[in-house]
Amino acid sequence: MAVEQSTARGAEQTRIHNIGYRNYDGPRLGRAYARRSLYSQSLRGAYGLGRSVKSKVLPMLLFVVMCAPALIMVAVAVATKAKDLPVEYTRYAIIMQAIIGLYVASQAPQSVSRDLRFKTVPLYFSRPIETADYVRAKYAALASAMFILTAAPLLVLYVGALLAKLDFEHQTKGFAQALVSVALLSLLFAGISLVIAAATPRRGFGIAAVIAVLTISYGAVSTIQAIADAQSGDSNAIVWMGLFSPVTLIDGVQTAFLGATSSYPGGHGPSAAQGIVHLLVVLGLVAGSYGLLMRRYRKVGL
Amino acid sequence: MSRRLCGLTTRMGCVTTFGDVTVIATESLSKRFPRVTALDRLSVDVGPGVTGLVGANGAGKSTLIKILLGLSPATEGRAEVLGLDVATKGGAIRERVGYMPEHDCLPPDVSATEFVVHMARMSGLPPAAARERTADTLRHVGLYEERYRPIGGYSTGMKQRVKLAQALVHDPQLVFLDEPTNGLDPVGRDEMLGLIRRVHTDFGISVLVTSHLLGELERTCDHVVVIDGGKLLRSSSTRDFTQTTTTLAIEVTDTDEHPDGTGAVRDALLARGVTTHDSSGLPGAGHILLLTAEGEQTYDLVRDVVAELGLGLVRMEQRRHQIAEVFKDSDEQRKEAIGHGG
Repeated sequence: MAVEQSTARGAEQTRIHNIGYRNYDGPRLGRAYARRSLYSQSLRGAYGLGRSVKSKVLPMLLFVVMCAPALIMVAVAVATKAKDLPVEYTRYAIIMQAIIGLYVASQAPQSVSRDLRFKTVPLYFSRPIETADYVRAKYAALASAMFILTAAPLLVLYVGALLAKLDFEHQTKGFAQALVSVALLSLLFAGISLVIAAATPRRGFGIAAVIAVLTISYGAVSTIQAIADAQSGDSNAIVWMGLFSPVTLIDGVQTAFLGATSSYPGGHGPSAAQGIVHLLVVLGLVAGSYGLLMRRYRKVGL
Repeated sequence: MSRRLCGLTTRMGCVTTFGDVTVIATESLSKRFPRVTALDRLSVDVGPGVTGLVGANGAGKSTLIKILLGLSPATEGRAEVLGLDVATKGGAIRERVGYMPEHDCLPPDVSATEFVVHMARMSGLPPAAARERTADTLRHVGLYEERYRPIGGYSTGMKQRVKLAQALVHDPQLVFLDEPTNGLDPVGRDEMLGLIRRVHTDFGISVLVTSHLLGELERTCDHVVVIDGGKLLRSSSTRDFTQTTTTLAIEVTDTDEHPDGTGAVRDALLARGVTTHDSSGLPGAGHILLLTAEGEQTYDLVRDVVAELGLGLVRMEQRRHQIAEVFKDSDEQRKEAIGHGG
């Protein structure tokens, strides 16, 4: 009896420490919830949140570098009581394209190559989500991260412009047009870099390849455009060449439809018809990237 | 008593929670790739409990798991997991089933807690529940303070535990464990096998565990399925295995009364109608007696004989079976069957 009592007392004291296995009978939120969770985890990951301190450095730094010129421009505009901002909203992303390229080159492999390299992908596919859910979540997350990166400085410019009491209507229109443009840019860049990054489990290769495709293609295309401009000034040739790099594609689309001033050498801009071709190529690349990603992950499986 | 002596302290079938329900059922399941037949008309029923799936590399174990998770369509035949058809209910199956892959699958730069929480959410658990279940599960698999450190610094044994935890975190009804003891040292193996046993006895989760070592599974499983070349070689409860094929190794001390203890035991056993095998060629030959255990009574008999002679029993252990022995046995059985048939 005495023993029983003492063990009963002992059990009372240790009860909170000694919990046996408990079954889970709460809700299971299924596929859509899992996809959303993967989206938010990937989006946070794109800025190093929920990851090590080391992996926060680069994305945060690039974010600051991206916004800093906007802050300076706003400060100048306010101080000098200028009539308009020093740059157009739509021009900002084109000027900062190297930073954007660096960001997406570092974060696209982070998002998909790691899962391939550490073979985490099978763990996802042994859960309720399907290939399409994984691809959509990853694509949407990187595109959103890019949109945050490219839209934040625009917001800084816009708020600054309003503080400087610049023309409200003009500023709002420019801001809205630029938002559409960077949304398109985010989708395009995210798609292209995810396809490249998903092709290799090696992060280093992924980074190098994305930089090569985005930045070098821009460099090459604008150099050739500049030469063409200097030699013949053939507007058509210059515009068509713009189809061959992501940055110039976006430039062409926004010049044709979003009230931007062309940054093609010589200021040549696409006509409406050429603009439509630019837009179709952008949409085709976005759809093609999605298709390629689906194909890639259907093969990975377990 | 006899159970404890032979090392089988598990209570088979005591924690069966599903009654007689089959957990996995396949019916002439085949999977053919252009050049290889991975599964060849496999029909097998697996009940609740711990089931071992044994086969050499390339025997079709992983292919079977893929089909059972609804990730790869079968070429022919059908399969059900927890009563759900794998061809149409893959998503529902994967919600109730856990999977621990054979290969490494852990990112090194996140902590076990973060990783398992994420995986719990991927299984559909709400955020708060995911955190709570993660803490519970990691504790149950034996990871404590280290769970906050990045996985990259873990030992192989700890990594295996994290892999097991991510398979259990959503409290599945069934887990597939693909070679969970791969790469572990003997102590780590024993710990992992004990943990697997607990997954069923304490957690009430049925287990399908693959291995290419039959001996390892014998100690852990209630039931063993042996496949080779995609074909079912054998499916029987572990009790049948031990009753028909167990070889016991015995080692005793010598005393003044019996300077050759081993010989004395051999003679005494012979007198009771138990013959011992030739153990020459084995390490420790001359000191080790091998005999076939017909069942539990053999263990009792050995104990009694040794006690009567006043000797010390240094060891009595089951010799591990290699898969080759099953093949040999089944060959013999096949020959017998042919013999009977003809």
